[in-house]
Amino acid sequence: MKESLGVYDYWPYKDRPKIRWPNGAKVAFWVAPNIEFYELDPPDNPYRKAWPQPSPALPGYTIRDYGNRVGHRRQMALLDKYGIRGSVSLSVALCEHYPEIIEMCQERDWELFSHGIYNTRYTYGLSEQQERDMIRDSIETIYRHTGQKCAGYLAPALSHSERTLDLFAEVGTELFGDEAGIYTCDLFHDDQPTPVSVRSGKRFISIPYSLEMNDTIVYAVNKVEPRHYGEILKRHFDRLYQEGEESGTVMCIPTHNYQVSCPHRIKAFEEVLEYITGHSDVWVATGREIADYYLEHYYDAALDDIERKKGSVK
Amino acid sequence: MSLDNDYLEYPWRAYGNDHERYDWSMLADRPAVTWPGDKPLAVWINTSLEFYPLNQQGKPFKVPNGMKMPYPDLRHFTLRDYGNRVGIYRCLKAFERFGIRPTFAINTQLAQDTPYLLEQLLAFDGEILCHGWNMDHLHYGGQDKDEEAELVKRSVDTLQELTGRSVRGWLSPAKNQSWNTPDLLAANGIEYCCDWVNDDMPYAFRTENGPLTMMPLSTELEDQFVIGQNLHSEDSWVEQVKDACDFLLEEAATQGGRMLALNIHPWLIGQPHRISSLEAVLEYIAGRDDIWQAPAGEILDAFTAQTAKED
Repeated sequence: MKESLGVYDYWPYKDRPKIRWPNGAKVAFWVAPNIEFYELDPPDNPYRKAWPQPSPALPGYTIRDYGNRVGHRRQMALLDKYGIRGSVSLSVALCEHYPEIIEMCQERDWELFSHGIYNTRYTYGLSEQQERDMIRDSIETIYRHTGQKCAGYLAPALSHSERTLDLFAEVGTELFGDEAGIYTCDLFHDDQPTPVSVRSGKRFISIPYSLEMNDTIVYAVNKVEPRHYGEILKRHFDRLYQEGEESGTVMCIPTHNYQVSCPHRIKAFEEVLEYITGHSDVWVATGREIADYYLEHYYDAALDDIERKKGSVK
Repeated sequence: MSLDNDYLEYPWRAYGNDHERYDWSMLADRPAVTWPGDKPLAVWINTSLEFYPLNQQGKPFKVPNGMKMPYPDLRHFTLRDYGNRVGIYRCLKAFERFGIRPTFAINTQLAQDTPYLLEQLLAFDGEILCHGWNMDHLHYGGQDKDEEAELVKRSVDTLQELTGRSVRGWLSPAKNQSWNTPDLLAANGIEYCCDWVNDDMPYAFRTENGPLTMMPLSTELEDQFVIGQNLHSEDSWVEQVKDACDFLLEEAATQGGRMLALNIHPWLIGQPHRISSLEAVLEYIAGRDDIWQAPAGEILDAFTAQTAKED
């Protein structure tokens, strides 16, 4: 076990090379709906229980099922209204279970990225080959159903190994070269994209996907009131917009249709989308669009700057 | 050591759900429903009356809101008891004041032990459904089927005898089931169950003893979840209920009738400092012309009459 992850360097937020998003935007804004499949009777993983009760564990399963049966269409209508294309963190087995949802995403030109096969199958305990197989399965499944070459990864239920990012980058390259496996959402260390070193040496980055703004963390872990969630999203945006004057920032709202799309919570979310998209200097984008733009315009300068700052005390 | 390769096998990975209890469908695609009087929103107020044994076994998991301290945990035992002695009467008064027709989900043991309470509930123009035996008699995966069959039968039969009415609905303690629970419910004449919170409308559910309807009783909006578990303010709970009604009314305008299921617990909402929040919610519901407030069974009947017509 490592003492530190070691895939990125310390890179102070202060005095970085200036980022400017398309059309001079200060904030690149993306919404990442998690469209997940939790199994009613998943096999046991010795490192983590899927559910607190013995199967069938209805309390957890049924509310997540609600997301797919009810919530998804509500959020989709809302994102349509504000001209936002979702970047879906997808349990890819959903392509087989509920293809209607995938078709609706395709019609809207939404991005689909991998969130594993099921959100009840963890990375813990898998051999490197097994994890590689799972990642390959997920990229191939998205391609087979949509023709999309999966650009991003968020490990299933945030279950990682030391090699997760390396494997995603490698399998992406094996299947589709530089078109797949280019960004991770698994790192929560920054408000701007950052280079991440993977063992293959591929140009690979982290795109901010804030857990602090993630509705499940906010509602289920931090127990925040719905209208207060609206408030903190606005404050989060306001600050990133202000700082984006100096150098472009990224704001992500990760959502779950069994959380934010409940009737008592969706109003607060709608107000936030109206507020954010009402600002002129916001680039409403997808994860892949942000990654592509960054890789093309800022990745090399970032590497140089990181290198320079490593030696600055000497 | 790595996991066996069967961890990466997915036997249910195909079109539809990963079980056969009901068909996959999205709410937005289903035929529109209209409630009596052309009202767009049906509101079901479920009052859960519960007995939490002092000597709970917690098998196979500790029920939420049960005993937490070493035996005898008087602090939690008596506070839950407060709901059945005091809190419920504040709730009943509020129902009366705003003309609410409630649904009462009661643990059968409580109905048996407190005839006065049961009489008061029966006097209401509402409905009584079975909330299992008590809050320490759980239904769970791996439970012996005969043992559970006896438990369901005893709970339903006893409640029918005590009330002199047929019991149509079921709510499992902690909303937990075994793989057999739905089959056992149907075998005992239960028409609807409130355990699966995966929808905002009733839907058909299969059992080996014939059909059952699932009436989703929202967990995310109940007093216990919002105030007791999430520690949101009482005012926020009122706001959340109103926001939910407003949203569903708006959705109903384009997609057909919707249902709001509001679960409340007298041990929590019946406290002196919280009862005004329930009153605020009831006042709002009673004050709207576009809301049809009814017991669960009547909402089910209105739903079934229409979905049957479409076949």
